[in-house]
Amino acid sequence: MTAMLNVKDLRAYYGQVQALHGLSFALNEGSLTTLLGANGAGKTTTLRAICNMVRSTGAIEFEGKPLSGRSTENVVRLGIAHVPQGRGTFTTMTVEENLQLGAITRNDKKGVVADIERMYEHFPVLKERHTQQAGTLSGGEQQMLAVARALMLRPRLMLLDEPSFGLAPLIVRELFKILGKINREDKVTILVVEQNAQLALELADQAYVIETGRIVMSGSAAEIANNEDIRKSYLGY
Amino acid sequence: MELFTNQVLAGIATGAIYACMALAVVMIYQAIDHLNFAQGEMAMFSTFISWQLMQWGVPYWWAFLLTLAFSFAGGIAIERLLFKPLAKAPILTNVAGFIALYGIINSFAGLIWDFTIKQYPTPFGSSPFLGSQLISTHQAGMIGVTVLLLILLFLFFQYTRIGLAMRAAASLPESARLVGINTSWMIALGWGMAAAIGSIAGILIAPVVFLEPNMMLGVLIYGFAAAVLGGLTSPLGAVVGGFLVGIFENLAGTYIPGVGNELKLPIALALIITVLVVKPAGLFGRPIVKRV
Repeated sequence: MTAMLNVKDLRAYYGQVQALHGLSFALNEGSLTTLLGANGAGKTTTLRAICNMVRSTGAIEFEGKPLSGRSTENVVRLGIAHVPQGRGTFTTMTVEENLQLGAITRNDKKGVVADIERMYEHFPVLKERHTQQAGTLSGGEQQMLAVARALMLRPRLMLLDEPSFGLAPLIVRELFKILGKINREDKVTILVVEQNAQLALELADQAYVIETGRIVMSGSAAEIANNEDIRKSYLGY
Repeated sequence: MELFTNQVLAGIATGAIYACMALAVVMIYQAIDHLNFAQGEMAMFSTFISWQLMQWGVPYWWAFLLTLAFSFAGGIAIERLLFKPLAKAPILTNVAGFIALYGIINSFAGLIWDFTIKQYPTPFGSSPFLGSQLISTHQAGMIGVTVLLLILLFLFFQYTRIGLAMRAAASLPESARLVGINTSWMIALGWGMAAAIGSIAGILIAPVVFLEPNMMLGVLIYGFAAAVLGGLTSPLGAVVGGFLVGIFENLAGTYIPGVGNELKLPIALALIITVLVVKPAGLFGRPIVKRV
C-alpha cells in the first residue's frame, strides 16, 4: 500500500504559541485511522493544519501533491473533506441546501442529485427533514448532516473532528457504524480525531496517539487497544 | 383621505429607492461586517456615467445596462484594491477607508462633471400614472423596476448555485471554505452586485433629486435608516425597512407641523437612533450574540 497522506515534521502556531512540535505520520489509502489524545494535545490543530486553516510549517503531501501554500478551498477541491469540530452546519439553510453546498464544487448535476438521494438512504432522518432549517436539527442529526455534507464532495479522504462530541452513546455507535460502512463500501480513506478512545479503536484499523503536539505512539488499533500501559497513561480508560 | 393615499404612494416610490440603497448596504455588511459609507457616492458616480453615455447619444436603456456592468466591475475593483487588503484591519481603519473612498469619488465626480445641478431624463415620463392623480408614471416606474430587481435577486440567491455559495460564504465563511467555496471572491462578487444595485437606485432617483455630486447624501442616510430599521443582518428587512421609511418620511413631512422638507433628514437620523436604542437588531435582524 502507498501512503495517501504523508505528514512530515508538522509544526503549527497560534500567534506566538506553538501547538504542534514536529508531527509525522502517514495514512494508507483505504485505511481508517484514528488520532487519539487528551484535550489540548493538538488533534484538532493537526486536522486544521492539513486544510491550511492554521499557520504551519513542515511538509504535507496528498497523493504526491504538496498541500502547503494552497488555500483551504483548494485543499478541499483536491478531494479532502473536513467535518470540523462543532459540525459547521449552515444553520439558517435547509438540510437539502446543506447537502447541495457539500457538492458545490462539482459540475455533474445528475450525479449530485443522485448522491443526495444516496445520502437520504444512508441517513433516513435527513430525508424526513430535508426542507427543515438545519439549525432545528438535534445534535445527532446535525452530525449526520455534517458527515453527509462532507460525502457530497465525493472525497478521497475524509477528516472528522470529534464526531462523537456531545452525542448520546447509542447515536455515536450508529454514526461510527455508518463511518465504517463508508470506509469499506465507498473506499473513502478516513482520519478521525477522537477523545472517545475506546470506541474509536473498535472502529479504526490504525491509530496514532498524540500528546502535547507530538506523536507518542503508533500502531494497529488492536495493538494500541491491547496495550494496558498506553491505555492507562494516554487514553484514560 | 386623497392626500393620505397620495403621500403613502409617493412614500412607496421613494421607499423603493431607499430599499435598493439599504439592500446594497446590507449586502456589503453581511460580507465584511462594515457599513459602506461610500455606497451613495458609488451610486452617484454610476449615475453620472449613465448620464455621460446618454450625452454621447447612447439610448436610455443601453446606457442603463452599460452602467450596471460598469458599476459591477467597479465594485469588484474597489473591493480587490482597497478593502481586501484591509480585511484584517481594525474597524477604524476600515471606516477611514470608506470615508476616503467617499471623498475621492465625490471630488472626482465634481472634477469631471462639476458641481452644477443637471437635469436627468426619465424613460417613464412624468404624466399621471394611468390617468390617476395619485402617482406619476416615473414613480410607478421606480416601484416597478425595484420590484423586478427584488424578484430577480430572490431567484438568484434562492435557486442558483453561485447564489447559494454567496449565502454560505456570508453566513459561515469557515464552513464555506471547507466545502470548497472561494469566499474571498464571493465577497468581491457581493461588492459588485451591491454597486450595481446602488447604481439602479441612483439612476431612478436622479430625475427627482437632480444630478449633482451630492445627490445621494440624503438618500444614503435614508438607506441607512432603512437598513437599521429592518435589521442589518437581513436583506428582506432592508427592503421592508426601505418602504416603511419612505412612507414614514412622507407622512411625517405632511402631517407633523413644522417638519416639512427641511427637517426630513433629522427625522431619518432620529429614526436610526430610536431603533438602535429600542431594538438594536432591527425588525427582522437576529440579535448578535457573542460568547465572552
